[in-house]
Amino acid sequence: MKRFLLPLAVFVLLVGFLAVGLKLNPREVPSPLVGRTAPPFQLPLLQQPDKRFAPADMRGKVWLLNVWASWCVSCRDEHPLLLDLAKRGVMPILGLNYKDKSDEATAWLKQFGDPYQFSVVDAEGRIAIDYGVYGVPETYLIDSEGVIRYKQIGPVTAAVLEQKILPLAAALKK
Amino acid sequence: MRILIFSVLVLFSLPGISNESEERVRGLEEKLRCLVCQNQSLADSPSGLATDLRQQVREQVKSGQSDAQILAYMVQRYGDFVLYQPPFKATTALLWIGPFVLLAAAALVLVATLRRRRRAPEEPALAVEEKRLVERVLGQDGKPQ
Repeated sequence: MKRFLLPLAVFVLLVGFLAVGLKLNPREVPSPLVGRTAPPFQLPLLQQPDKRFAPADMRGKVWLLNVWASWCVSCRDEHPLLLDLAKRGVMPILGLNYKDKSDEATAWLKQFGDPYQFSVVDAEGRIAIDYGVYGVPETYLIDSEGVIRYKQIGPVTAAVLEQKILPLAAALKK
Repeated sequence: MRILIFSVLVLFSLPGISNESEERVRGLEEKLRCLVCQNQSLADSPSGLATDLRQQVREQVKSGQSDAQILAYMVQRYGDFVLYQPPFKATTALLWIGPFVLLAAAALVLVATLRRRRRAPEEPALAVEEKRLVERVLGQDGKPQ
């Protein structure tokens, strides 16, 4: 019996590793940007193209930058949560409209509601590359010093919001 | 004559330069992973993001950035994951050394097992009792009684 113990232990270990590996999401690539200053940009606003916004304008505030597009289907999943968050006035949410047509983006906001203080237009996706965006939606929590504290890849879920984003934002506001 | 030499030089030098940078672009695209379709390189991926990133690589090669600078630009944004060949550092040490550690462990087990086998005394073909039994059945001279 004893001679089977070692192979059995190795087998159990292997199953353990595989089980953990199976549950990891390979699409979640750890972002090197967390803990770094949000890359600067100057982009026109979606609703007022003659005005421009830079992340430095939000200094002193804890805020969310949400990358979205009207062609992005899973953006619709997280949209009610963002609307609710905006209604509760927890923190400002700004949109980065990614590789979209401005008229379609405006129509989309009219149809589904607009949780954003305003959205900025990144028509060619250049700024998104600086932010390491590789799938829409993505959401960044940025602190009062302009440092990225959290990055959500894919739609924000109620669990992520309650367990990660809101507690972190509350801690950052202190 | 001068014009002829000049035009020949231009003819030979121009494609040379662009071929070289074309090769560099291609090489870099092979080294970078597409983040949307993760098992494809930037060169192979048809996704929109890969197209944008290929454009970035091309522009940066054109503007005279070195390969190392371009790879650093990508890593800064997308992390080591964007490289097909991850760099050797504390977090990737297991990845790089792991297989060799396993190989060494297997070799050690093999050597230990072989040695133990060699050291074990060989059992006599027949135990004393068995030999007596054989002698009783076959008789001392080995012929059946």
